[in-house]
Amino acid sequence: MTDIPAGAIPVPTPATQGAPASKVRSYWGSVWNRLRYDPVTLFFLAVIILIVLSAIFAPWLAPMDPEKSSMANRLRPIGYKKYLLGTDEQGRDMLSRLLWGGRISLMMGILPVLFATLIGGAFGVVAGYYGGKVNMVIMRTMDIFFAFPSVLLAVAIAGSLGGGIFNQMLTLTVVLIPPICRVAETATSQVRSLDFVDAARASGASTVSILFTHVLINVLSPVLVYSSTLVSISIILASGLSFLGLGVSPPTADWGLMLSTLRQAIYVQPLVTALPGIAILITSIAFNLVSDGLRQAMDVKT
Amino acid sequence: MNEMRSPDTLASEPHGATVEPYVRVKDLTVRFVSREATVKAVNGVSFDLDKGQVLCVIGESGSGKSVMMRSLLRLHPKKRTVIEGSMRVGADEITSVSDKKMSELRGSTISMIFQEPMTALDPLYTIGDQIAETVMRHEKIDRDAAWKRALELLELVRVPSPERRLKAFPHELSGGLRQRAMIAVALSCRPSILLADEPTTALDASVQIQVLVLLRKLQREMGMSMIFVTHDLGVAAQIADKVAVMYAGRIIEYGEARDVLMHPQHPYTKAMLSSTVKDQDKGKPLEAIAGTPPDLRALPDGCSFAPRCKYAGPDCKVAMPDPLIDGRGHMVRCSKVRVMGGLLMFDEGMARPETALEPA
Repeated sequence: MTDIPAGAIPVPTPATQGAPASKVRSYWGSVWNRLRYDPVTLFFLAVIILIVLSAIFAPWLAPMDPEKSSMANRLRPIGYKKYLLGTDEQGRDMLSRLLWGGRISLMMGILPVLFATLIGGAFGVVAGYYGGKVNMVIMRTMDIFFAFPSVLLAVAIAGSLGGGIFNQMLTLTVVLIPPICRVAETATSQVRSLDFVDAARASGASTVSILFTHVLINVLSPVLVYSSTLVSISIILASGLSFLGLGVSPPTADWGLMLSTLRQAIYVQPLVTALPGIAILITSIAFNLVSDGLRQAMDVKT
Repeated sequence: MNEMRSPDTLASEPHGATVEPYVRVKDLTVRFVSREATVKAVNGVSFDLDKGQVLCVIGESGSGKSVMMRSLLRLHPKKRTVIEGSMRVGADEITSVSDKKMSELRGSTISMIFQEPMTALDPLYTIGDQIAETVMRHEKIDRDAAWKRALELLELVRVPSPERRLKAFPHELSGGLRQRAMIAVALSCRPSILLADEPTTALDASVQIQVLVLLRKLQREMGMSMIFVTHDLGVAAQIADKVAVMYAGRIIEYGEARDVLMHPQHPYTKAMLSSTVKDQDKGKPLEAIAGTPPDLRALPDGCSFAPRCKYAGPDCKVAMPDPLIDGRGHMVRCSKVRVMGGLLMFDEGMARPETALEPA
């Protein structure tokens, strides 16, 4: 009898039947939990991080000066001597230009979307929550912008503002605000009609606290997911503007601009010419697939 | 008979109040105004409710039950809603208190359980967060204390393994558990009136009765008043002290649960009771009430039930009958009912002499 230690027989107590009580779960924690088991999204997330890091560290990574031309080494093929990815029509190192160009292209992809999400999202939430006349004024204004195809609108605004990084960014932000606003408005008016908003009011919450603790967080996931798909569109639009000469001006490296200036050489060095296009392609695919995975991970079953 | 029908004395005191009741709703009308039409959702509802009593409001969809409840919390959009009459809860007049005071009353004095536990809980917060949020809003306590309170509340509403459920998201719980969590949120600040808007309708039958028994038990233990909206007469019989039957935004019959459900006087209440499944013969079809409820944008003159009533005579279409009350506080609004020996009596052949129309 004595060799049985006390407590060897497990006695079920109410406190031990639950899951480990240490972790406090949050919404974002559960999103990450679902994301962890999605290899495709994780892979492309890594790709994005790699691209972003290479853009950030371009000054240290780039083997040569991206703007230094060499008449003797124009349009060299991939792997020619010290030029790992060949040279462009002015004999500038493609690898260095791609790394440096990524800085501008990524900035053009991310910053306008960020600004547009903040501005458009705020307008959309206000329009959706208050409804009525406020909604009408905001949404009809957005409809005016919607009436133009986005590329045409971007070209029109950029054309009237002139070139340059700042103007290009402004143009893209203006173009991206209406669709984000529309998505935020739809999501908000849906959330607003759900019972938990009434339930929060019935338990004494003020309008402001309902807006921030209940409406905003429920609107955030559809808006964030939609915005992340816009990053690739923004990169492509920015490249398009640069291609048309409405964005950054040479000799600054930018993927769209590089594509534009190299297109005359497509029969001479097709592979080198395609490089900026491939960079745009990979970046936009990565952003699209990550946003797709994000959408699935953020989708809470109600 | 004329004295008995005098509206002034009867309408104001539906069941001969002796002490001031805790809740007194008087001549409440709620209209939703839009550019196209005005919807008269509630048309002059009066009732009293004492502390610790359960009032069941019965009626079919669109009879104004939920609208009436939501106006007790002033949940309707201000701009498009016109509320008239008076709703007094304790010492506060709901129709005229400031917005700030209303926010304080919500949750702490008056609390509400919603019909759909799926949508009444925010999908992005854990159950514990949602209970703690309400507790912290009304009482100056820190997060840990609020979570402790949330745990006690989940135990109170008999949620199994409450520690784990506190950290669960709404979609991880079954319908019954979710409704219990909803009840926990509603009870978190010890309200003195609980409004329950069909809280068992979305649940399956076996869970329904559990939730019902739980609500009744909690209501008794906490001494709460409760207004319980349902269209399930069986539920009403289980839980109610008083029953009010609503039709087209009016209370057409009111009284002790036993009186209304066992001896219904209004043809609508009678028809509703005979259209439920009880112990009829198997082969016998259920009696449904013919027709549809009236359009609340254009109510008919006279008794709103007259178009569907098989006893309706020409006098029914003239004016809405005034409330008629017997000695037991049983109230009915029907021109075919009179008081005989202190009790209400339905008389098919009766016509009100003062309004009877002579055949031309």
